[in-house]
Parts: sequence; C-alpha cells; structure tokens
Amino acid sequence: MNIHYHSYDAVIVGAGGAGLRAALETAGKVRTAVITKLYPTRSHTGAAQGGMCAALSNVEEDYWEWHAFDTVKGSDYLGDQDAIDIMCKEAIDAVIDLEHFGLPFSRTPEGKIDQRRFGGHTRNHGEAPVRRACYAADRTGHMILQTLYQQCVAADVNFFNEFQVFDVLFDGEGANRRAAGVVAYELATGDLHVFISKGVLFATGGYGRIFQITSNAHTLTGDGPGVLFHRGIPLEDMEFYQFHPTGIYGIGILLTEGARGEGGILRNGLGERFMERVAPTVKDLAPRDMVARAIHAEIKEGRGAGPDKDYVYLDLTHLPPEQIDAKLPDISGFVRTYLGLEPKTDPIPIQPTAHYAMGGIPTNVHGEVVIDANNTVLPGLYAAGECACVSVHGANRLGTNSLLDINVFGRRGGRAMVEYVQGVDHPDLPRSVVDPTRERIDAMMNSTGSEKVGAIRSELQVAMMRDASVVRTGESLQEALRVIHELRERYQKVTIDDKGSVFNYDLTEALELGSLLDIAEVLVLGADARQESRGAHWRDDFPTRDDANWMKHTLAYRDESGTITLDYKPVVQGRYEPMERKY
Amino acid sequence: MTATVQQAEPAALIKEVDVHLTIKRFNPEVDLRPHWREYDLKLKSSDTVLNALIAVKGTLDGTLSFRRSCAHGVCGSDAMMINGENRLGCVNLISSIGTELVIEPVRGLPVIKDLVVDMEPFFAQYRSVLPYLIASDDPGYKERYQSPEDRARFDDTTKCILCGACSTSCPVYWANGSYIGPAAIVNAHRFIFDSRDEARNERLDILNQKSGVWRCRTSFNCTEACPRGIKVTEAIEEVKRAILYDRS
Repeated sequence: MNIHYHSYDAVIVGAGGAGLRAALETAGKVRTAVITKLYPTRSHTGAAQGGMCAALSNVEEDYWEWHAFDTVKGSDYLGDQDAIDIMCKEAIDAVIDLEHFGLPFSRTPEGKIDQRRFGGHTRNHGEAPVRRACYAADRTGHMILQTLYQQCVAADVNFFNEFQVFDVLFDGEGANRRAAGVVAYELATGDLHVFISKGVLFATGGYGRIFQITSNAHTLTGDGPGVLFHRGIPLEDMEFYQFHPTGIYGIGILLTEGARGEGGILRNGLGERFMERVAPTVKDLAPRDMVARAIHAEIKEGRGAGPDKDYVYLDLTHLPPEQIDAKLPDISGFVRTYLGLEPKTDPIPIQPTAHYAMGGIPTNVHGEVVIDANNTVLPGLYAAGECACVSVHGANRLGTNSLLDINVFGRRGGRAMVEYVQGVDHPDLPRSVVDPTRERIDAMMNSTGSEKVGAIRSELQVAMMRDASVVRTGESLQEALRVIHELRERYQKVTIDDKGSVFNYDLTEALELGSLLDIAEVLVLGADARQESRGAHWRDDFPTRDDANWMKHTLAYRDESGTITLDYKPVVQGRYEPMERKY
Repeated sequence: MTATVQQAEPAALIKEVDVHLTIKRFNPEVDLRPHWREYDLKLKSSDTVLNALIAVKGTLDGTLSFRRSCAHGVCGSDAMMINGENRLGCVNLISSIGTELVIEPVRGLPVIKDLVVDMEPFFAQYRSVLPYLIASDDPGYKERYQSPEDRARFDDTTKCILCGACSTSCPVYWANGSYIGPAAIVNAHRFIFDSRDEARNERLDILNQKSGVWRCRTSFNCTEACPRGIKVTEAIEEVKRAILYDRS
C-alpha cells in the first residue's frame, strides 16, 4: 500500500453545501484541501427540494425574530437560542450571498426572490403560515449545490475527489490536543494519503442509512461523526432523528413539504384530512415531528390506506395542473417513475421516511468543536452542516432550516478556521500516524469470516426502523440495543469479496458499516435514557415533555475500550420561554 | 425527470421476476481486456436497475464496482449503458426496461474498473466554459432583480446534474477527444442566457473554437440520453445561433 504525505493549512472533509460554503471562505486565504468520497456535485445537498427560509419580507411582512421564535418552538425548546438568533439573522445575508453567486431563484412578478410557505414557519409567533421559504422550483438544494460548486471552480478550490477519510489526527495529548489532519483512502488506487494540516473541518452530512426507509443517499453513513467518536469526541443529541412525513411509500424518496406549502393535503384511508384534528391552525403545515406522528397514529388506529392499511395519501389533485408543473416538477417525476401514478389525478401513497439528524458533532456558533459539558473548544477542529450539532434544530428541525444551517455555519466555520490557522504553527507528526488506518484496512482485506456486509446492514436498518424510529418505548429500545450488540459480534466476522485496490467499494462499505453500528448504538442509548417525549423523540411510555428533568443536551462519549457513557449539558436559553407546542 | 423516464406499474401489480444481467467487467489489476459476466437473480418488478446491481454486489459478487449515491436521479453518479442506451441505473425500473439487462460503462471516457469511468476529462471540459456567474456590478445588500421571463430563459439548462449521459452518448465525443461535449455546452448555455451574467461573449468565443459547438452534428443522442429531460440539442443550437447572430 502506497502512502502519500500532504501539507495544508486547512482540510475540509466533505463537499456538500456546508463543505463547499466553508471552502469559499478559506480558498485564496489559506492553503486548503477539500476531500470528498464522491464528486462534489453528487452530495446529498442536491436532493433538497423545498427551500431556504429567510425573513426577506419579499412577499409579506416578516422579521427574523419571528423566524427565530418558530425555530425555537419547532425545536421543542431544545435548540440553543443564541445560535438560533444568529442563524435566523444571518439567513438574510446567506440568501443574498447565494443570489450574488448566481443561484437561479424562482422570482416574483417584479423580479424579487419569491417566497413560499413551509411547515412550522408562521407570522407573528404562530398566527398563521407565512411565506418565508426562498426557493427554485422544487430543486432548491440542487441549485445551492451547483451554485456553490460553480463558485468553488471560479475560486480554483483544490479538490481531492473520491478520497474517503478514515481517521483524524491530533497533535499533543489529553487537554493539550489540537487537530492536525486526517488520513484518507484514495478510491482509484487504494493508496493512503496523510493530510497534515493546522485546521480540519468536518462536513460529512448525515447518517440516514441506519434506517430501512430513508430519503438519504446510500453514501450517508455518518463517516465524520464515526471517525471523531472513535477518537474521543462526544456526540450530541443523537436520539433526535427526524422522520419526514412524506416519503414515497416503500422507498422513502422525499416528496417536499413544499407540496403542502403549495396547498397539498394529507388524507387517511377514509379520505379524511386528519391534520385538521391534530393542528387546527396550520393543519398540514405543522412541524414534521407532529405530522409524522399523526401519520403513524392514523395507520396504527386502522385508518391507513392500501391493502395493508400501512400508508396515507399526499393529495395534490385539487391543485391547478400548471402550478404542479411549475412549482413541483421533480417530485411529480419521482411519483410517475417509482409509483406509476400521476400526481395531478392520483393521490400519492406516502409514509414517514428517515430524513435528518438533529444531533451530531457538538460545536459552538463559530463551528468550533466543543468536547465537554463546559463547551471546551478542541483547537483546530471544526464541524458544520448535518454532521454537526450547534444546536439550532434542537429536538426537531423546521423544514428549510438545514439549507440555511449549511450556508450560515459553513461560512462561519470556514471563517473561524482561516483566522485560527493563520495564528498557529504547522503540526509536526511522525509518519506512523497512518498505522491505525492501514491496520484497519489490512484486517478487513485479510478477513476470512462468513458474515456479509449487506446482510448485517439491512438487519440493522430493519431493527432501527421497527424499534427506534417515529415512536419508541423502553422495551423497543432495549430490543434495538440487543440487535445492535448481536450485529456488532457478527461484524467482527465480516468478510469482503474484493481484495483489489481499485475502486474497492466492497472495502469502503464494510468500513462504513462500522460507523453505522456505532451511530445506531449511540442513538438508541440516548433515546433509552431520555424518559420524556420531545420533538422527534417520542416515548409511548413517557408521552410528555419533562422540562424539569430533561431540558438538556445529551453528550455521548466512547472510551478506548468501546464503552459508551452519557453526560448532559444545559440548553442555552433566551427570550422565548418554554410553552406547550400547539399549532 | 420528464421525457426519458418511463412509468412504473401501479403498486398492486408488483410481482417477483427473474432478472438476467450481462455486465461488462474489467479489473485493471487482473484483466488485459474487458469481458462479460452473467448473473441471475430474483427481484421485484418495481426494483430499479441500480437495485439489481446492488443485489448482485451484495449477494453474488462483491467485486463488482459501480458508483451510486442518491438513488433517485438527482446526483448523477450512476450513468451507464443499459441495453445499448445511456441511462441512470436508479430511475429505470425492471418493469419498464425488462428482465434481460445488458450493462456496460458509458463510452468516450476511459474505463477504470467495471462501470467506473474516469470523469476527470469530463469535468475539465465543464470547467473550461467558465461555468459560474460573472458579474461586476455591485448589487449591495440586496438581490439582483430578474424577471420571471428572464429566469425562464435558461431554466432548462439549470437542471443539469453532470452525470455525463449526454456527452458519452455522442458519436462525435466518442471519436474526437477534443470535442468539449454536450454537457459543457449545456452548462455554458445556463450562463450565456442568464440576464445577470456579463461574460456571454467570452463563453461564445470558447464555444466558437474548433473543439466547440461546431463539432455537433445534431444526432440528438444527447437529448434522448438526458435523464433530466433537458433539450440538449436545442440548447446547443441556441448557442450556435448566438455565436452567429446575437453577440453583444
């Protein structure tokens, strides 16, 4: 195995929205390498559809404070209000930046950026839905990804495409640790590359592939959180995992909330608009956690549709066909392709789909990774986007706030990293830093066990879907834990067919499975410990929010022996007092 | 997601089917030349070609290499030749394309392993057309205005996902390594017809060179191959007309 050594000021891991946005801040200022296991334009930011909220007031009265209130309430009061204020205030800049970068937003008749309604976004603290989401048809994420990549081409950003990061490097020990680079595996050659750098920013996205039904790409396997967790960095609020209400039945492909923003309605098997009962004011535009649970309840109580009564309908048939063509072209195509149905005339079978991780690598508002309940910064280490937990989404993210998060905190993380690396020395590491990764790869290549990656992965996904998804109990979580432990044992005996060094995805999928198992376990442990229901975390055995005991962030640590322990840190409060969430 | 996507069967008609795949394999560490391998497996009629490849890899032969990510036609990873035509594996269902599948890597780019081709030449062509907004005006702290009509002028070419299905379906692209290819032209078109952009003439100069739009013989292969339904040939023709008649 050949090993190459590189020296940079800054390394960015991941080239979706957050990584590219960070790269635009570092490019031309400090020597930067952007490392991605894909090509940048393959990143899953491109699959986001509906929009990016900012209180531009282009079409109706709006203020960033209203946006902040909605985000805090949407988070079920687990979001940190200092960070939420920053995100909602800087949202306006972030949208304008993107327009200046060339993003082809949909426009109003007078030529301004058009805005539409989205779940949980309201005028004046919950009075009625507000038009806040800036969008480009139902391809907003595609346009953001393309536009940021275009700007990176213009800025001559240095990409290492199809390089997968398997380790993070540190200089110093214990409390004196600082980030010092990463080790990456080059897919085209099987060579290892050691990138020694002063700053490292992780922007590796989510990990929806721990679940069976997901809107996430095959590649979303929690690589960044997995690597850092193994090096003693805690993970925050992992039990909060969002299920998007409208995934295509049986497949999980996302159908944007923008469909309901345009007037789409959810109906059960009896044709009833059940969201009227659950959220009388905003109805189908309630936040995702509530809608997903409402769908779950309809199905559980026998009011689902279809032969097994296990889905409900997204109904667009009453919308003008030209509105569907203009505003929802891509999702209409998905419905035609995968279900053989025509959304203009047929109601669409949907079910909740694993969509977004609210939790992740703990950071402060500068994107700096913080490693304990006192928010101690680990110098030189940054994270942004879905893999990070600032926390702006708390227990439940509002629609559009992820595209906002990647832009606001990608920019902030990039800027903070530039400032930091300009003031510190270059780390000096021994060549042996590559050894743990090399040994891990060698072990997998030489494995002779009988277990297959695909089998373990799908059993994990089925168990997580059944026992740790929209609705959980102590019992179901214990069962999930039992399955995970059993799969861990079997993972020790996993073997791969491909022993080659060129595009050996057999190897990378096997190593990714290790991260999936780790992350699933942390999620389940956090969920089992949290004896309350808040946001996306619903416990049938503890069906109320318990602010006295549980208004706090979970931190999960892994020690060198693999033992996971939980700790907690307070939520940053602000001007919005906790109240009951009604919509 | 419109023109080239065929419709699936209603969910009630999903049935188990026997699928026979013939895949062109090449491993540079072992093989001197590509060879065919055949696989048989049971799938659902609602499965995609990508599902079939994943099933082959997961259950029959882990050495098969292919790129994939989003699995619903928006990331552009899995362009390949399926039964003689360039398509994305993830948006073509067994029910519409059949149970006999012949799968090869796309043509016109060097094969690295199995269905994985070297995308670097393709992205170099993309980068050569200045694929980013160039505007020197200072709009200050607000957006530039653009009328819905001006926005619609280049809507079609904003849909490109850089999968390469168009360029690698083009006979000129196969035969002539210097042709910039339809995908690069589509991405130039996206800015040439954007009312906010100021580098129209620079891009038209680039596309007026020997490697540019005049290599296009309007075979329409690119338009048929585009999984996003972009009218690629029409975009190329619009660029040709702009070079001839409409330089600002």
